[in-house]
Amino acid sequence: MAERVLVAMSGGVDSSVAAALLVEAGHEVVGATMKLWGGASDSGCCSVADVDDARRVAQQLGIVHHVFNFGDDFESHVVGPYVEDHAAGRTPNPCIECNRHLKFDRFLRRAGQLGFDAVATGHHARVTSAAGRWQLRRGADRAKDQSYVLSMLGQSELSRVRLPVGELTKADVRERAGALGLRTAAKAESQDVCFITATGGREAFLGERIELRPGRVIDAATGREVGEVPAVELVTVGQRRGIAGAGAGRRRYAIAVDARTRTVLAGGEADLLTDALAVSDAGWSWTDEPVPAGTAVSAQVSAHGKPRSAVMDVGGGVRWQAPENRVAPGQTVAVYAKDLVLGSAIAA
Amino acid sequence: MTVTVYLDHAATTPLRAEVLDAMMPFFTTDFGNPSGSHAVSRAARKAVDESRDVVAECLGCQPGEVIFTGTGTEADNLAVTGSVARRPGRALCSAIEHHAVLHTVQALRGSVVRVHSTGLVDLDALTAALSPEVSVMSVMLANNEIGVVQPLDQVVAMVREHAPGAVVHTDAVQAFPWLDVAVLAAGTDLIAVSAHKFGGPKGVGALVARAGARLAPILHGGGQERDRRSGTHNVAGIVGMAAAMRLTVAERDATVARVGGLRDRLADTLQASVPGTAETGDRRHKVAGSCHVRFPGIESEALLVLLDDAGVCASAGSACASGAMEPSHVLAAIGMDRDEARSAVRFSLGSTTTSDDVDLAVKAVTGAVPYLREA
Repeated sequence: MAERVLVAMSGGVDSSVAAALLVEAGHEVVGATMKLWGGASDSGCCSVADVDDARRVAQQLGIVHHVFNFGDDFESHVVGPYVEDHAAGRTPNPCIECNRHLKFDRFLRRAGQLGFDAVATGHHARVTSAAGRWQLRRGADRAKDQSYVLSMLGQSELSRVRLPVGELTKADVRERAGALGLRTAAKAESQDVCFITATGGREAFLGERIELRPGRVIDAATGREVGEVPAVELVTVGQRRGIAGAGAGRRRYAIAVDARTRTVLAGGEADLLTDALAVSDAGWSWTDEPVPAGTAVSAQVSAHGKPRSAVMDVGGGVRWQAPENRVAPGQTVAVYAKDLVLGSAIAA
Repeated sequence: MTVTVYLDHAATTPLRAEVLDAMMPFFTTDFGNPSGSHAVSRAARKAVDESRDVVAECLGCQPGEVIFTGTGTEADNLAVTGSVARRPGRALCSAIEHHAVLHTVQALRGSVVRVHSTGLVDLDALTAALSPEVSVMSVMLANNEIGVVQPLDQVVAMVREHAPGAVVHTDAVQAFPWLDVAVLAAGTDLIAVSAHKFGGPKGVGALVARAGARLAPILHGGGQERDRRSGTHNVAGIVGMAAAMRLTVAERDATVARVGGLRDRLADTLQASVPGTAETGDRRHKVAGSCHVRFPGIESEALLVLLDDAGVCASAGSACASGAMEPSHVLAAIGMDRDEARSAVRFSLGSTTTSDDVDLAVKAVTGAVPYLREA
């Protein structure tokens, strides 16, 4: 059945092909690019050049293209919390918050206002349906799978989200783009946080917004101060860099960060390991109820991390089958049953 | 097929058929460079000279005071930057200037003079900002977003009193279709206009620089326009601008009366049929084509998409390089918060606007706004 679909076109190859596939399938397709960030950016997904690419692809496909300025929402839902999280010694994932608040909330609501049945993006993941429920699944190209960054989507969103390239490999996508003569066919992927410049990095960005304070490095075993870090707000649990001075000869890691007292707890590889992962803000993709404690799952703690076997704990956390490294507070944890996303939460 | 209802004349206007006819020979048979000395050049030179006479008459200046430029933006840049370069000092402008003036003044580290909530420049703030160090003060005659017309005579008088060495520039780009610029800007030293805002072609503008207003060029080269603006003349464009000016001036009173009536009906009907609608600016101080309204509770960015679907072309604020609507500095300057500014739409009528256009626009808006409020 033909639908009216609003495609979020970033100016990259995946969303270009997503739009093309929907047009081919006979849907009524309109493209839109979100303008999210007006500040300095050299790796952004909403630079003028990227908007140009999205518009030119839309012209090639013969579809209407709009630009929506959601800069204020991006500031309040993504950039602001990113800065606050770092100030609190956490390690946020702004791309996930952008998906949660911008692509699959603000943009989705805008699409609804404009009378669209659904929105589409170029993510490599799949939405399927069975027995009146929507399922979010890993993309066909496991190496490019992006279900992790969509793991916060629930039934309400999934019912209105189309992911046309999820069935294709990245190579397929580029081939389709090339065959269609789309100008984005060979375009490099964006990897970095769009509002952080490669030149200044996180430090320059945060340094303009919060005070970066030196912190003491405390040895977890002895309780003794063994070193210093220039900015406690920039330390991530699991990090080795800058913590090396903390121990004699052995590899040392940040195993906990307390921004309030400006301390970083350092330990060895064994200290980094933990049996369980506590979380907050758990949400469920497939079910309305929490997945029961004791359910066998696999859990993934970074965008391209390897899923690890675990069982669900109460409150959405997991107990690892074998000890795993600690996860930096603020990072997203996605839980799966095989390739099916069950839900996600934020590491506590 | 959807009928197009074009209510974005402040962005640009359709080229008039008579204007195109006047321009055509200069693309083909009379293609010469007016700076040359042979017969082909002479034909082009004559056309530029005659056009200059027309433009001078329409703007109330001497022909030698007309500088043809590539755009209205270039005319504004030349006025501000050229004045400061010739007579170093501070540049001032009102807070609601078009970016062509505002960003130029900011680039020169100049100062911005606030406006009242009515959109009229705050004359007390202007007095405070004026000093002998000021070399140029720029105040637009009519604003591009809200259509408010400034009391230029008062501004000029204050500049003469408090900054006697300064020149006064006015961006009359939006004013020309509606107002007798020759009279209203008679006291200013510099006047910028742009042809495509009144039925002429894009890519040509003019700056009036009266005898006392000496300018340093911002484009260097062959020394055209008496060394004030180098570059080969856009002959067809200049001819088109003159033709459009002549027609606009001849028809102006009738156009203002007719379109003003349509604007009043559009603004009145929207306010009567869409609850909460608020009009920006006092119509007595606005150009006849300007209908700027807010629909509380909706986002104009979404409304414009629905109007576009219905064939109605309108606008909100100004677009940045990416095409996204930027928060309007004009609406911020008159005291609107961001939510209010986000709900604003500019319908700008023009000489080709019909009564049917108004009816269709009202129908589209009255359909879309309640829909957006429910969604």
